[in-house]
Amino acid sequence: MNSTAPTPGASAAPSATDPVGTAPPPSGAADRFPHGPRSQQWAAWGFLTPVVIYLGAFYAYPLYRNLDLSLRNYTVRSFVQGNAPFTGLENYRKVVDDPTFVPALEHTVLFTGVSLFFQYAIGLALAVFFAQHFRLSATLRALFLVPWLLPLIVSASTWSWMLNSESGIANAALGWLGVGPVNWLTSPSWSLASVIIANIWIGIPFNLVVLHSGLQAIPASLNEAAAIDGANAWQRFWRVTFPLLRPVSAITLLLGLVYTLKVFDIIWIMTRGGPSDSSTTLATWSYRLGFGNLLPEFGPGAAVGNLLVVIALVFGLVYIRAQRQQDNP
Amino acid sequence: MNTSVRRRFVVASLAAVVVAATATACGSSSSDGSSGSTAAGGTYTVWDPYPQFDGTSDWVKLLGSCGSQAGVKVKRTSFDTTDLTNKTLLAAQQGNSPDVLIVDNPVVSTLADAGVLTTTDDSRIDTSQVEPNLLAAGQSGGKTYGTPIGANTLALYYNKEVLKAAGVDPASVKDWASLNAALAKVKAAGKKGITFSAIGTEEGSFQFLPWFWGSGAQLTDLASDQAVAAVTLWKDWLKEGYAPNSVISNTQTTSWQEFATGQYAFAENGTWQLANAKKAGFGYGTIAIPTSTGGTAPAPTGGEFVTVPVQKDTGRYTASDKIVSCLTDAKNLLATDTTLSYVGPTGQVQNQQAAATPELKVWVQAVQAAKGRTSDDLGTKYPKISEHLWGAVQAALTGSKSPKDALSAAQSSASQ
Repeated sequence: MNSTAPTPGASAAPSATDPVGTAPPPSGAADRFPHGPRSQQWAAWGFLTPVVIYLGAFYAYPLYRNLDLSLRNYTVRSFVQGNAPFTGLENYRKVVDDPTFVPALEHTVLFTGVSLFFQYAIGLALAVFFAQHFRLSATLRALFLVPWLLPLIVSASTWSWMLNSESGIANAALGWLGVGPVNWLTSPSWSLASVIIANIWIGIPFNLVVLHSGLQAIPASLNEAAAIDGANAWQRFWRVTFPLLRPVSAITLLLGLVYTLKVFDIIWIMTRGGPSDSSTTLATWSYRLGFGNLLPEFGPGAAVGNLLVVIALVFGLVYIRAQRQQDNP
Repeated sequence: MNTSVRRRFVVASLAAVVVAATATACGSSSSDGSSGSTAAGGTYTVWDPYPQFDGTSDWVKLLGSCGSQAGVKVKRTSFDTTDLTNKTLLAAQQGNSPDVLIVDNPVVSTLADAGVLTTTDDSRIDTSQVEPNLLAAGQSGGKTYGTPIGANTLALYYNKEVLKAAGVDPASVKDWASLNAALAKVKAAGKKGITFSAIGTEEGSFQFLPWFWGSGAQLTDLASDQAVAAVTLWKDWLKEGYAPNSVISNTQTTSWQEFATGQYAFAENGTWQLANAKKAGFGYGTIAIPTSTGGTAPAPTGGEFVTVPVQKDTGRYTASDKIVSCLTDAKNLLATDTTLSYVGPTGQVQNQQAAATPELKVWVQAVQAAKGRTSDDLGTKYPKISEHLWGAVQAALTGSKSPKDALSAAQSSASQ
């Protein structure tokens, strides 16, 4: 409301002064005026079309299809013939009532929460460490990026090989320390911890890189000023660096959340969500319903997928709200 | 001003999205029509799950020559076997199914249920020579939906040196009691007993079924005493240390890798490992999986079926049938099954294989005793039963439930 009031006056002022100030344009402007905006609009549409088609074909339509899948009772027969009856929220009810649902949700929350916490904490610690330039710091930092560069199938297979109960290096190392072997991937009480450990390792580089560049943006003079005022290193970090890093931290955590919620490959390769669902998250469950069986259950699979999308969306909105509040307190 | 511009943009882009979505929908429907008409020009598509074979392989050459005998050109595409089911369902939905589809046998009943496959009455494929126990996997509701190209199944590989050191004669393993006794001796000799795959996927059920069926249990009743006995057998192997704990996450490939270390006396694995067994660097042999009371246990049949998917233009079946008949005639079957390391689906081919390679005798015997997972008219009920079965096996092996509780829970959810 406030912003619309001044605009008429503002736009009226130049039009009143313009004809006086610049002599040649008026004739040209008068010439263009009748069809000017229209052709401009066409051009705008022309520029818009490719991106709109792209968004429609690759985002909106698949999303719509996924929603449609989750609201119909698809069997393999009706999937092929396309006459699946509309059943409303029946698939969602089926999914929520399923004995796998509550454990899968708990595992998803635990997997995402614990992964994010450690990825962020370790990533931040390393970023602060590497912010002090020392010899070989660039080389060491590059080494920390390796997990990010490896294809997920390679790192996940390597982890599952290292954590193998019989011949894994993890149990061999525990043996030297005199600790009994742990069934990392084959015991229901350890499998979730194992995939979380692997996921933390994979997520650290992302946090390191983003937080490191965030730290670079904080002027060194602030820290120096705090030091002169008598703040020790710990205080300088918590009172100066950490608060200034907050916007970067927020986006890192949000992106990390979205990535971690949908993590599928690491879990599937390492444990297949097992043993007996002990490391099943919503993402692996959705895949198993839709593709992991001889008889695909597209409807419930799509329903679980949509629940994941909604969860990610909710956190996205929370972030945007927090961002707005920060911008205009 | 800012907000009104944004709102207009949102409305415009939403409208455009709707237009784009309908455009893509139209696009996809028009493309089926065109692909259908070009295929009628004499090119026949064949899909198979053998990506390991490239253009120079005997299999692809055979496809080509069968095509030219039928007077058509064959266009072959190969998929990973886990991909093939969904690719086929999608293709059928779009109305561009392949002319000939070679697909894993437990999937046949699913595809038949979806109305994707023709019956052998329509496609006129001759299945009279095929062994009935193998053909049963492709039958449901009294109709047959294809013909097996070959079969593989499971047996027990043993390491000759480990057994010799432990003083076990492989011929003495005839039932579960003698197998347990052999495993105890192997453990006493300081070696590892047996490795298998109990992973939480279809592979786990595939490996468990010989013991399940070998106890006399039926897939229609997962909670029977026999079923409990079979799960208890596996559980006790883990408890006694005869089998490693890693079996719970083993695939058949990782289970084989354990056996290939030379530390294990036995491994439950399939015909397809024969080539690797020769490379293992130790003497190996095979015995059939025993039943609880003695004899060869029915193992599930593996291997693919050759099927003819439904086409709008039914005139195409004539040439498709010629291609299928050519692929499955006795001479070509022998050649194909040799390259795939399969046992032939007909008595004639099985005899030829056993005569040519005596070590295949155990496998022929196992295939003759084998049983399709979707047989007994289980059809599309099998996948659900199987999912609960492997779940119960995992729950029992990890100790989170007793075998009896795990199987009762599985039975009650499978029969829902």
